[in-house]
Amino acid sequence: MCLGIPGQIVEITNTADKLAKVEVAGVKREINLVCIVDEDHSIESCVGDWVLVHVGFAMSRIDAAEAAATLELLHALGEVDEELDAMRGSGQT
Amino acid sequence: MKYVDEFRDPEKAQTLVEKIRALVDQIDACKSRPLYIMEVCGGHTHAIFRYGIESMLPEEIELVHGPGCPVCVLPMGRVDDCVAIAETPKVIFTTFGDAMRVPGSSKSLLEAKAGGADVRMVYSPLDSLSLARDNPDKEVVFFGLGFETTMPSTALTVLQAEAEGIENFSLFCNHITIIPAIKAILDAPGVQIDGFLGPGHVSMVIGNAPYDFVADQYDRPLVVTGFEPLDILHGIWMVLEQLASGEARIENQYSRVVPDEGNGPALEAIAKVFELREFFEWRGLGSIDHSGVKMREAYAKYDAERKFSVPDLVIADPKACQCGEVLKGVIKPYDCKLFGNDCTPETPMGALMVSSEGACAAYSRYGRVEKLVPLLGRGAGTGTGKAPQAEVEAP
Amino acid sequence: MSGEGEGKGAKGAAQRRKLGKVDIPTVTMAHGGGGKAMHDFIDDLFVDAFYNEPLAPLEDQARFSIDALARYGDRLAFTTDSYVVSPLEFPGGDIGKLAICGTVNDLAVGGATPLYLSCAVIVEEGVSVDLMRKVARSMAATAVEAGVEVVTGDTKVVERGACDKLFINTAGIGVIRAGVKLGVELAQPDDLVIVNGVLGDHGATILNARGDMKLDTEIFSDCAPLHGLIGALLEAAPNTRFIRDATRGGLATVLNEIARGSEVGIEIREGQIPIRAVVRGFCELLGLDPLYLANEGKIVCVVAKDEAEAALAALRAHPYGKDSVAIGHVTDERPGRVVMTTVLGGRRIVDTLVGEQLPRIC
Ligand code: SF4
Repeated sequence: MCLGIPGQIVEITNTADKLAKVEVAGVKREINLVCIVDEDHSIESCVGDWVLVHVGFAMSRIDAAEAAATLELLHALGEVDEELDAMRGSGQT
Repeated sequence: MKYVDEFRDPEKAQTLVEKIRALVDQIDACKSRPLYIMEVCGGHTHAIFRYGIESMLPEEIELVHGPGCPVCVLPMGRVDDCVAIAETPKVIFTTFGDAMRVPGSSKSLLEAKAGGADVRMVYSPLDSLSLARDNPDKEVVFFGLGFETTMPSTALTVLQAEAEGIENFSLFCNHITIIPAIKAILDAPGVQIDGFLGPGHVSMVIGNAPYDFVADQYDRPLVVTGFEPLDILHGIWMVLEQLASGEARIENQYSRVVPDEGNGPALEAIAKVFELREFFEWRGLGSIDHSGVKMREAYAKYDAERKFSVPDLVIADPKACQCGEVLKGVIKPYDCKLFGNDCTPETPMGALMVSSEGACAAYSRYGRVEKLVPLLGRGAGTGTGKAPQAEVEAP
Repeated sequence: MSGEGEGKGAKGAAQRRKLGKVDIPTVTMAHGGGGKAMHDFIDDLFVDAFYNEPLAPLEDQARFSIDALARYGDRLAFTTDSYVVSPLEFPGGDIGKLAICGTVNDLAVGGATPLYLSCAVIVEEGVSVDLMRKVARSMAATAVEAGVEVVTGDTKVVERGACDKLFINTAGIGVIRAGVKLGVELAQPDDLVIVNGVLGDHGATILNARGDMKLDTEIFSDCAPLHGLIGALLEAAPNTRFIRDATRGGLATVLNEIARGSEVGIEIREGQIPIRAVVRGFCELLGLDPLYLANEGKIVCVVAKDEAEAALAALRAHPYGKDSVAIGHVTDERPGRVVMTTVLGGRRIVDTLVGEQLPRIC
């Protein structure tokens, strides 16, 4: 359920209604930012942010550090294997 | 595409598949039977078929495609109500695209449109509100459908309509909540599910705490999971890690999008506009207590259910339908007697054949390659004739 | 009369008669009424744009010599298609360009040299005459590029509401090159499957141009006449088994037709399928599958393995084939099925579409 796609906020189009243009691979669309702005994140500060877009609303701000951590973990999984392979390889020859 | 392509990397996928295989070997339970992992969300089901993920997994893992496709579980009677509203004079009925094809007892919204009803596809409920703004002499109705992910968008649209004083806009509210459905599945007799992939986008709204009961009361692991294929493999691996060590916890694989506490402003908007219904009818699962929401009295004038008279009938699926069993993972789609014979994507009989996210539609469209039986014998047939539909998939 | 007087490439000898003119801004029922208004309308819009020998006299039929046709090959190809696209104008083309390219391509994929087209239009009263003129000129320009003449036609004006602004039907006649044998039943194991460039542009453009989804992007239709490209392909790879333009239903539909028609399996690799980044973005946002999006300038070719290199070189040398690439091959496994290895490395069935593709939002 619930198709959501990461997009980058490129422009605030209506500060009062909290509307902004978001870009997904060259496709732009106006979306509503109400769910991701608060005292800590003013609407103006949103430009450049990556958000998860669902039916015309930004529903979450994407956490770059968390994304990197997940990828790093997946990468590390592979690394361990390669090291083991290398060790096994050297043991055999 | 950032945050997309990185999570479709084939090398990392291969590593994960190997890790998954290694874990399967450590889990005793799957020496005698498959491990059943349910992905609750239709978005996961779609990605699993779209990327051929089942074809990469070891035989011991059976993915059970859960109830999280709001288009599939929508009861036929509600579609009839939509059609009735859409056919009311001066109404512009707006909807997400995938809801247009869902058959009601006599017709779908697509057919109502063909018959002259003004049915329009929109990307966002906000676009529906714009239509109301631009057409003051028409009644614009938005077909509100979906789980907690989508509720904030319709709630906020209603609030916006109120703020602007737009009175010719209303919402036909069919939103449902996922937690009672998960509970209903866990309580159903004969259900065998070892762990869950939790719905990532619902969770970004409601947070992770609502799933605690799955671990605490039912002793099953649940991993809130993203929608890119690496997310799904990673989520499966995390579930298996718990199973291998005999644990049952709620974990968050999709931490880049899902904060533990969910989304405050979104939850606030939901609470303001909606309240729980005593029960809601799910196609395939039947009536589930507190599993749907309706609009609060304060927003009655934006409530299409109050504004229009709708037939509001319960229309039963054909007796032979086994959608409920498939949803609960008791049988596979191809075990249903109707599968591929009377029930096909062209002529769906049951809920799960309706949307491409439905398990039966996904099975008949994408299949699991390695289990296919030949569609055409080489040299047999004319080559242009219709495929024998019963031969889509071998059990 | 000799072939020279009535065939292709023989115009110019006759005097151009004086053509009628339309001087009101919108099409009315009178423009279809059979009187002077109609003659002026046809003259102003179509005869002026398409001017050629067989058309100018406005007989009830165009006439051509059989000898002249026979110079192009040994069999006739005849096709018809109707164009009802909405909106009438879109980035990269309009209904007129589409009506020429579509019919030219339907002839060309059969190995024919397209020669003559008919053009029948059904117009709703109230359409602007300028728009009609624009569409007619666009047809004429495309016909020149495609090397075809529009030699006969018909115009009907209908009352408001009886059609959506403008419908066009074109039929076409071409001559099939001697020795060429193409058929959906001719694919053989080990043959390669080639496409001539990025997929999905036209389908995405039209969906976007309708504006319902309120997206803002630069996607252009790939609408183009492909007779030249196909000519070059057949020259370089004479044993080519099958060519089809991947229009409605997209790549997936054509591949399934081949798999069933030839009773073979087709294996493709998702990573090889060329799709523009914006089209991918468009599809991700709306939950569409680009494999089912329509194209108007793309062909799927099945070529023999030993001619594949020559085929690719010939296609890539042509402006409409620069990004040609082999996306898969024919196998004797799983006859009737198209199987794709996904970007992730998984495998899945690629089936034909049930009904129209609708944006998936939930
Ligand atoms: S085949 Fe049809 S009736 Fe049977 S379970 Fe699937 S959707 Fe339901």
